[in-house]
Amino acid sequence: MMQTRPPIAAVEQASRARPLPRWLRGGLRFARRWPLGAVGAAIIVVMILVAIAAPLVAPYHPLETDFAAQFSPPTLAHWLGTDAFGRDLLSRLIYGSRTALLVGFVSAFVGATLGALIGVASAYFGGRIDLLMQRLVDLFLAFPIIILALAVVSILGTGVSNVIMAITVPMIPNCARVVRASALAVRQMPYVDAARAAGYGHGRIIFRHMLPNVMAPYLIMLTAYVGQAILLEASLSFLGLGVAEPTAAWGLMLRGAAVEFAETAPWLAIFPGLAISLGVFAFNLFGDALRDALDPKLRVL
Amino acid sequence: MHRYMLRRLLLMLPTLLGVAVLVFLLMRVVPGDIVEMRFAEGQFFNAELVAKERARLGLDRPLWRQFLDWLWGMVRLDFGLSMWSGNPIAHEIALRLQLSLQLALMATVVAVLLAIPLGTLAALRQDTWVDYVARVFAIAGLAMPSFWLGIVMFIILLAVFHWIPPMVFTPLWENPWQNLAQMIWPALAVGYRFSAVAMRMTRSAMLEVLREDYIRTARAKGLWQRLIVKRHALKNALLPVLTVIGLEFAFLLGGLVVTEQVFNLNGLGLLFVQSVARRDYTLVQALVLLVAFVYILVNFCVDLLYGWLDPRLRYQ
Repeated sequence: MMQTRPPIAAVEQASRARPLPRWLRGGLRFARRWPLGAVGAAIIVVMILVAIAAPLVAPYHPLETDFAAQFSPPTLAHWLGTDAFGRDLLSRLIYGSRTALLVGFVSAFVGATLGALIGVASAYFGGRIDLLMQRLVDLFLAFPIIILALAVVSILGTGVSNVIMAITVPMIPNCARVVRASALAVRQMPYVDAARAAGYGHGRIIFRHMLPNVMAPYLIMLTAYVGQAILLEASLSFLGLGVAEPTAAWGLMLRGAAVEFAETAPWLAIFPGLAISLGVFAFNLFGDALRDALDPKLRVL
Repeated sequence: MHRYMLRRLLLMLPTLLGVAVLVFLLMRVVPGDIVEMRFAEGQFFNAELVAKERARLGLDRPLWRQFLDWLWGMVRLDFGLSMWSGNPIAHEIALRLQLSLQLALMATVVAVLLAIPLGTLAALRQDTWVDYVARVFAIAGLAMPSFWLGIVMFIILLAVFHWIPPMVFTPLWENPWQNLAQMIWPALAVGYRFSAVAMRMTRSAMLEVLREDYIRTARAKGLWQRLIVKRHALKNALLPVLTVIGLEFAFLLGGLVVTEQVFNLNGLGLLFVQSVARRDYTLVQALVLLVAFVYILVNFCVDLLYGWLDPRLRYQ
């Protein structure tokens, strides 16, 4: 009987022989506690990989037209069918993930970061500066987002970088408000007063002492914004105010022929919308789990 | 309480003034003005005619004069004339407001009917399959663009019933049946997203409230679960839900630009896009100010409702 149970030392040695890397163990723990979040993270990883490897994965070039196969329904040659120019829908969806992720990540990162900086500075300085910032934030929140985006695109013209700008601007005040609320609590911490007593400059205190302590709301806003940015980009492109043809973008693919021929060629309308939904869905799933893990009380609207 | 209300009402003014300045400047920064837009359609382009038209619309005056004149009109509730059509702006907006208001109200009804029972159920059965299904339903609602849902609805209606909703708007009092046959689809498409937002808030607020001491007390004294949920938990959990519903409603009035286009609805959203494209300064300014005003007003009303629903809150 004693022989069947391995001695403790051997078990320890066996487990020491193949220690899982720390990030993997952390990931596994996250997946067990928040399975929905893990599903979201998995979809995001696949999306990123597909976007990077687009030329290898896509069966056709996204701009390659084939006038012999216009409006082809899903077949073996074109898995998801073709559009009005005979362009392969699957390939355009794959390349479209590049546009969506680029717009999503860049605008969410810039928007959340600038917003966090403004929120922390507003909470740190307090007084008149805080009041002024809050009035400005109120102003932008009351201003219709779509008008802001419309105006930015009208001034700068269409194109990926302008769309990113149009999406980022309305995000900043939103994030500033949420981060400010957390930063107000951090402001009361003794270590902030200690840093001031030690004679550190405002910049140093904001960047080194306060910003790291509002990381939780910042990260949560960041993931939430990626999904929202993808959705907003799709809406703007659908209106013809976003990314310009012939760039492959999901919202743009829904514009024009997709609606006009919804009856005869429904695949044109269904698949790009599914791609948008799946992408945003994944970021929302992951974002929710992240919020539960980092700061369950935070409410992101 | 009255002082608080008065202060809040006064604080609305600087925000509205800021919105007015912002939209005024924004529209002037956008390249091209209404005269150019209009003459771009015709063949003849003559400098004298352009100057004359600009003078007629008052665009040749200094900016500050234009702004103050417009603001003075706004203060007297005189919205002025649309630069493009020449009709009174109040008339142009009133036509569309019925439609947008009806759609927003219907979507809100859809959202409330879905969100509150589902959100409550998800919170009561936290981490069971009911909760997971409800959460996935909500997250999917946030992920699907409403305009795409509209397109898919058309495809399904056509494939299954060989029928598409009427495309011409009929006011509710003229032919309620016709009106509902058209409006129910956009209301469902928009209401789904709306219900997702409200459901998530209901769930998280319920979860918080259910952990409160007084819920445990209610359980301990043997009250029925149903009574606890209805009387004790839900009433308190509804506060943040109310905020979300109010804000979302304000957004629906002016923000449904894309969905309106898919359903061929001539609402405020479409008017927005058209008037920006035409550089109809006066109309855009009036619209933005209207939407901002509704947003601020809704915020204010929600705050007042808070005090009524939760007497513990003190206004300062």
